[in-house]
Amino acid sequence: MEVLFDIPILGFVLQFIAYLIEAVTTTNLAPQTLQLATPIALGALCGIMNERSGIVNIGIEGMMLTAAFVGFMVAMLVHEAMPQSEPTAIFGFTPALVIGILAAIGAGMLVSALHAWLCVTVRADQIISGTVINIIALGLTGYLNRLIQPTGSAGTLDPFRPPEFLVDLPVVGWIFRMFLAVGPITMSVIVFVIILQILLFRSRWGLRTRAVGEHPRAADTVGIDVLKLRYRNVILGGIFAGLAGAWLTLEFNQSFQNGMTANRGFIALAAVIFGRWTPIGAFGGALLFMFSEALGIAIRSNPPEGDLGVFLSGIQAAYPSLYNNAFGAMPYLLTLIVLAGVVGRSVAPAAVGRPYVKEGAS
Amino acid sequence: MTQTVSAPALEMRGITKRYPGVVANDGIDLEIRPGEIHALLGENGAGKSTLMNILYGLATPDAGEILLDDTAVTIAGPADAIARGISMVHQHFMLVPVLSVADNILLGEETMANPIFLDRREAHRRIVDLGKRFGFDIDPEMKVESLSVGWQQRVEILKALYRDARILVLDEPTAVLTPQETKDIFLVLQRLADEGHSIIFISHKLFEVLEIADRITVIRRGQVVGTRIPSETNEDDLAELMVGRNVQLVVDRGESHPAEPALTVNDLRVTDDRGQESVKGVSFEVRAGEIFGIAGVAGNGQEELVEALTGLRSPTAGQVSVAGKDVTRHGPRALQQAGMSFVPGDRHRFGLVLSFPLEDNLILTQYDEAPYSRGMVRNDAAIRAWAKQAIAEYDIRTPSATVTAGTLSGGNQQKAVVAREFSRKLTTLILDQPTRGLDVGSIEFIHRQVVAKRDAGAAILLVSAELDEVLELSDRVAVMYRGEIVAVVDGPTAEREDIGLLMATGRRGAAAEAALVAATHVTGPGVEA
Repeated sequence: MEVLFDIPILGFVLQFIAYLIEAVTTTNLAPQTLQLATPIALGALCGIMNERSGIVNIGIEGMMLTAAFVGFMVAMLVHEAMPQSEPTAIFGFTPALVIGILAAIGAGMLVSALHAWLCVTVRADQIISGTVINIIALGLTGYLNRLIQPTGSAGTLDPFRPPEFLVDLPVVGWIFRMFLAVGPITMSVIVFVIILQILLFRSRWGLRTRAVGEHPRAADTVGIDVLKLRYRNVILGGIFAGLAGAWLTLEFNQSFQNGMTANRGFIALAAVIFGRWTPIGAFGGALLFMFSEALGIAIRSNPPEGDLGVFLSGIQAAYPSLYNNAFGAMPYLLTLIVLAGVVGRSVAPAAVGRPYVKEGAS
Repeated sequence: MTQTVSAPALEMRGITKRYPGVVANDGIDLEIRPGEIHALLGENGAGKSTLMNILYGLATPDAGEILLDDTAVTIAGPADAIARGISMVHQHFMLVPVLSVADNILLGEETMANPIFLDRREAHRRIVDLGKRFGFDIDPEMKVESLSVGWQQRVEILKALYRDARILVLDEPTAVLTPQETKDIFLVLQRLADEGHSIIFISHKLFEVLEIADRITVIRRGQVVGTRIPSETNEDDLAELMVGRNVQLVVDRGESHPAEPALTVNDLRVTDDRGQESVKGVSFEVRAGEIFGIAGVAGNGQEELVEALTGLRSPTAGQVSVAGKDVTRHGPRALQQAGMSFVPGDRHRFGLVLSFPLEDNLILTQYDEAPYSRGMVRNDAAIRAWAKQAIAEYDIRTPSATVTAGTLSGGNQQKAVVAREFSRKLTTLILDQPTRGLDVGSIEFIHRQVVAKRDAGAAILLVSAELDEVLELSDRVAVMYRGEIVAVVDGPTAEREDIGLLMATGRRGAAAEAALVAATHVTGPGVEA
């Protein structure tokens, strides 16, 4: 053993593990990971709703961005109309924020309805439909944002404050902090993931959805309306993209910036693949991707001590820009690795991307 | 089985359906009695599918009425048909491979524990009970993709029974089954009929229809041309009704005069896409002027063998030679130049470019040779002339040579492939399922061409999952089982039952019967016997 400790790499690994354990259990690393993973996980749920029924959705990014913009603008207008309204004690809900969230969800569903129409009725190429949505969303929100030049604020949702004794519990306290010391949209993700996971594999809706995504003709011949089901799933999936947008402007930030989704919609798609089209798996993927970003934040604000700390600050001094950007790039790097197939073969629903034409129709 | 004449369970009266340019159904009358197995016989394009689509609510008739138990009904769609007790087992199974047997059966007719969640426990119980009632044990938890074709068919039938189907339509149910599997399915169907279910059995295998049906209705060009009782008809009579002229069901192949070996395969080993060795040291030779048939249940290595012989897949070991020249691991192009022609099993994926005009498809393997090309430029006149000749010689029914291949019927597409491949200068001809999905008229035509090619001195390798085809044409028959050739027998004297057992078990006689019994009892469903 003594010999092993002489190898600095192993020493670094052990120090790093110690640092990780300490950071997870005593700092905000865990709740921050969940927070950052929220839009990814919500976007992934949107993707799963689409792809399980056979529709490719690469427009999640645009759906999120539109929802973020609409949610923020609506909330701001309501806030200006009734600035005196008192926020609730828990989560800090105001009428402006609630209406803003609903508006964001509505926007997500509306853009999804467009996607559904293009993919199901028009039978357009689904990749192109998604791309069009992304481009239009980026351009239109950017243009309107510049046109309106919002100066007001809409307020933000507050994280929940769990009782001290709970988060200070030894060993398990950090779990409570992770899932409780967060805002309402973040907290809702866990609920949605579990509900969707159960529904997908145990409910009538889930069975029909999976059948339609795998073999739509088989579903059609037993009397299932394939087109209607696809419409419904895509539009309902928009709820999650809308919530992700609301998270961006009403929970995480306090304003709208052009292109603020920063490709989270695409990371969400990688999470879908990583999780093999299951909600729980995709949620795990989102946590993994965003843990790397949260860790970067933690390391920069609270560098590890000892040899590892010396080593890291050495790198920081020699290559400051590389050091500062490396952690921010981690989720994207992981996404690339996942998409390149390192996680092993992940098989998509068989009928994904193919428009369905009923027998006899042409 | 004798039937007492009772009120019909289903009556279709004067059904007419027109599509642009064709009358698919022209005043069809069909009457199905309770507990009857009623065969519907007709060539491809005769109107059977249209009639069944109308019954299943997938198409709306332009005229005519449907009566269930003497009450006129309108069937709005599959869901409506199912609700009225009509179920259909499609030729291409409508099963979701990644779902379990139970989920496939439940789909669309879910047994619910409450408005949201499925009651899988109750569903499993009902499925197991249903299976027992009709004589088979099935595990509802098994994934459909791991079941053999025969068992998938049982799942389809269970699916219908789970919906309380009274009228069951089976579209060519035996097309993909071995003789033994066919026998098993017939037992199940007989049992269903005895319980009062009505079965509409679509087929163009005449001897099967004669064996199973209580009555046979023959359709030609959208019209009913006759209804027969098996005891009062025979294969020739039915074939003539179907085609409208005298058909030679079994082409007179005459004597073969085999000469020197033209295709020699020595200890060939091939691995499949999953890295499994699926051809395990196969050796044979096909002589000029001989048809060498390979029989076997689909998936026993024939596909990989054909791919290796035609240059689509590289063998891991062994040699192949054509006309004495070693061509192991040569590409398709080099093989063609060595005198090999190939009619692929999947004409859509390999035989034709569906979006290309027929005339271009007719020169796909010769497009760069004179007279079809002059240097880098096509010679349209020569291409057109050859297309005209091929259409006439090979009886390809098409509006013109310039329509895309995808618009032709399956039989005419296959004739186009045959025209192209047979017209080349060749010493060796590889035929992979050359008549899959074709009607008797087209089959007769293609079989004649094959025999003519043999008599002209070609060495022909025929691979087919249709045992009858192999037996009718081959001068020698090899049986492939789990990647090996387990027997080679003389074609004209081969026994159907003997070959069937070899296909199913790799063994013969009593040993095979024992193996078959052991396989069904010990391993149960999902394992190909």
